[in-house]
Amino acid sequence: MIELTHMPALVVVAPLMAAALCALIRHSRLCWWLATLTLTFSCVCIVVMGRAVFDGNVLSYAMGSWAPPIGIEYRVDALAAFMLGVVGFMALIVHLYGYRSVRAEIPQPLQGWYHAIYLLCTAGLLGMVITGDTFNAFVFMEIASLSAYTLIAMGKDRRALTAAFQYLILGTIGATFYVIGVGFLYLQTGTLNMTDLDTRLDGIMDHPGVLTGLGFLIAGLALKSALFPLHLWLPNAYAWAPSVSSALLAATATKVTLYLLIRFAYDIFDFDIALAQANWSFVLFVLSLAAITAGSLLAIAQDNVKRMLAYSSVAQIGYITFGIAVANLNSLTGALVHLANHALMKGALFMLLGGVMLRLGSVHLSHLAGIGRQMPWTMAGFVLAGASLLGVPGTVGFVSKWYLAVGALDAGHWSLVIVLMASSLIALAYMGRVIEMVYLRERPADAPTVTEAPPIMLAATWLVLAACIYFGLDTDLTAGLARAAADSIMDQPQ
Amino acid sequence: MSDAMLFGLAIGLPIVAAIGVTLTRAYPNVREAVSIGAGLGLCATVIAIGTRVLGATAEAGGVTHVLQVLPGLDIAFAAEPLGLLFASIASMLWVVTTVYAIGYLRGNDEPRQTTFFAFAAIAIGSSMGIAFAANLFTLFLCYEALTLATYPLVAMKGDTAARRGARTYLIWLLATSVLGLLPAIVGVHVIAGALDFRLGGTIPARVSDDLVLWLSILFAYGIGKAALMPVHRWLPAAMVAPTPVSALLHAVAVVKAGVFCIVKIIVYVFGMDLFSAADTTDWLVYAAGITVLAASIIALRQDNLKRRLAYSTVSQLSYVIMAAALATPLAMTGAILHIAAHALGKITLFFAAGAIYTAAHKTRVSELNGIGRRMPITMIAFAIGACGMIGLPPTAGFIGKWYLLAGALAAEDVFVLVVIFASTLLNAAYFAPLIYNAFFRREPAADVHASAAAHASPGGHASPGGHGEAPWPMLVAMGITAVGSLALFFVPDLPLAIANRITGVLP
Repeated sequence: MIELTHMPALVVVAPLMAAALCALIRHSRLCWWLATLTLTFSCVCIVVMGRAVFDGNVLSYAMGSWAPPIGIEYRVDALAAFMLGVVGFMALIVHLYGYRSVRAEIPQPLQGWYHAIYLLCTAGLLGMVITGDTFNAFVFMEIASLSAYTLIAMGKDRRALTAAFQYLILGTIGATFYVIGVGFLYLQTGTLNMTDLDTRLDGIMDHPGVLTGLGFLIAGLALKSALFPLHLWLPNAYAWAPSVSSALLAATATKVTLYLLIRFAYDIFDFDIALAQANWSFVLFVLSLAAITAGSLLAIAQDNVKRMLAYSSVAQIGYITFGIAVANLNSLTGALVHLANHALMKGALFMLLGGVMLRLGSVHLSHLAGIGRQMPWTMAGFVLAGASLLGVPGTVGFVSKWYLAVGALDAGHWSLVIVLMASSLIALAYMGRVIEMVYLRERPADAPTVTEAPPIMLAATWLVLAACIYFGLDTDLTAGLARAAADSIMDQPQ
Repeated sequence: MSDAMLFGLAIGLPIVAAIGVTLTRAYPNVREAVSIGAGLGLCATVIAIGTRVLGATAEAGGVTHVLQVLPGLDIAFAAEPLGLLFASIASMLWVVTTVYAIGYLRGNDEPRQTTFFAFAAIAIGSSMGIAFAANLFTLFLCYEALTLATYPLVAMKGDTAARRGARTYLIWLLATSVLGLLPAIVGVHVIAGALDFRLGGTIPARVSDDLVLWLSILFAYGIGKAALMPVHRWLPAAMVAPTPVSALLHAVAVVKAGVFCIVKIIVYVFGMDLFSAADTTDWLVYAAGITVLAASIIALRQDNLKRRLAYSTVSQLSYVIMAAALATPLAMTGAILHIAAHALGKITLFFAAGAIYTAAHKTRVSELNGIGRRMPITMIAFAIGACGMIGLPPTAGFIGKWYLLAGALAAEDVFVLVVIFASTLLNAAYFAPLIYNAFFRREPAADVHASAAAHASPGGHASPGGHGEAPWPMLVAMGITAVGSLALFFVPDLPLAIANRITGVLP
């Protein structure tokens, strides 16, 4: 029988300790195995905890046995369990996938380090989700971010260095804004604990100090989650990073800050009162629509396919914040389920490009001419994930879109449904460019012949792609959990 | 066999065939055998479903639930008469087209032949899904699958023109479905709280006329496959595809899926009573009528044979929409008959156009003088197909038009009568001269020399001084559909029985 008591701590501490161990071992193969074991362990913990909280229970863990408002609390409710699942499983699968990719893209002496930092980043991301303490969330945010900068900069491409530096500057500004916000709230309420904060904010949500703090929080989190027009760090970071880093960060990093945004906006603050008063909901709403359109349009203009997908991420983040801004049960479910769904499809796309990078040494659009026949599995996967991005029914993309559309209708915005649908069509333009290039052009005679990506990369990627289809058809787990999570944070007793 | 197994077979067989075709791509004869075998199996399956639907006295068959995607969104299948008609047309013509494609693709030495057989199979599987969908969600799922599965077929040639045409095709079809059909489905979900098809309508009768207007607009233009102007642009663009693709998809599977969806939604989502009672649905009759005339006029001006056929298709599809929009029992019978009649007639015309291209490498109407003497079988089949388009007896086209006229007279709708008469004249104007020239004009002298000099015709019987008929599989396929078009005139029992089930107009 697995002991539930210490799991909330173990799920974060295990990868943290393993990271330290890896840094000592530094042997590439050994580190990979250690990381595999650790991440599998974390995933098992997440599943066990998820089953325990699915029906509305909450797991609370007092770090060092200091009772919550004083000590740091780790808190697992349906929302946190949902997010832990997304982060934990994507991290595990991308790691498995990285067995070949890391060896190809990271210089030999650094490979052990790479696995260590990968674990550290995962621990930071998991920590941000599981912690019930606003300042502790900042600490984990810094752990995740600093290791993310390293993960980006460790590749052989020197452009990654400037990209990582750019990310570091903007990421630090974002984190600073966040901690300033937390400071303001602490001044007004005298607590850092989220549950405590929730109770103490009752009745003072319109206090100028609280609203100022909220402003800093939202701006900081928006910057970290690359909400348009604060997305400038993202395209370069994703484009020049090693494939494994791109896949991990695209699937999880921005999602976790969005999770914090949802946590603050709905759980700690009451969305209708606090955010509507300072017109935050309207700002968020407009920025979401701008992100959806601008991100998609910018994606069309990209010739580097990884960069194109990065801009597409900017647009997809817009869908999530759209769901947050419309603020009803269906739209919030849509936002949450899109957190998971987008992690799946964007993760898969970056993983597929990793295979192309490995074989072709480039992901420039013009170099991809005619490789559809030489890498059939990779490119078939690309079409599948692209269809999902477009929201074709039977894929996860449709499920998100359906909830967002129904949510918009519930809020009485008929026209928004059309806007939402129209914007998703822009995805057709950029994905279509790649697919035409890959299938409908002949491979130039002087181009090198490439072979299919290695089996382990394909297997890991197709696992994610299978999930893209499976969760598009059977949504009990994803949409069910998202609905439970949305329910639990919207029906907070005031 | 249970219903569930039959539906599984109907959708699964083509998918299995696609996999089989891909696996046997190194052996073209085996590959084609797989396609034909699956096609015959599919026909048998559809017949088995058909005997159940038509044999049962009450509204036949239960609903087979596959799984629930979201609360209220089910993937479920059920057989009803209208879907049965569409399924039987698509499955039978799939077999015929496969035979035809063997001759065409080999005769023209087309690249990517496996692509054709594999994706045609997937497209047919999607069509089966559309035919047997038990609710709007399943319908939408299969509708989009059909769009995506046919894109590689349109792009098959892989040159710049094909890429551009395929792009237009995909963008128009996806854009209309996402901007029109999906919001309409979301709307029905919100208004009615359910998406399943019910005879008599899913939408409650108390909804306002304005809502019916908006929904009908979203549905009519959202189903881009029905090619109601101005969302018809994809259809001529798709003509860059090899002729078997145009024949199967743009005479049968895709466009028939479009009008089938429109008819089905009018009958099963709005309900014929609601649709004919609402004052705000008349616009669809006018929009369709204008499309009938405008497309005919454009067809008249096309010199490229396949483009002329494409605009003729646009015009004929709107006949069905117009008839369905009247939503009276007689007109609806006309719509249903016309779906069957047009499928047989138009596929014959495309088959003939492809045969002319294969044997003579001619694509223009103006080049066809005297070709009837070299290719008599092809041009006789073409003439039969054209008669079906004009609506002359003894072809199936006549019966559809007859009921449509009867429906218009019963409804005392002068506009529809005028459209029918004018378009009949226009149809005659763009087909009759072509047939006359083919049989009675002399072949240009330069042509005789050129083909005599070239001497080598790609396959077919060598006749003195140039090309003869196309390869025999193409002639066989063409013969079957032409004879079918005639047979349906004399024995229209099946489509009539199906129409009767829905409208209850005949004893």
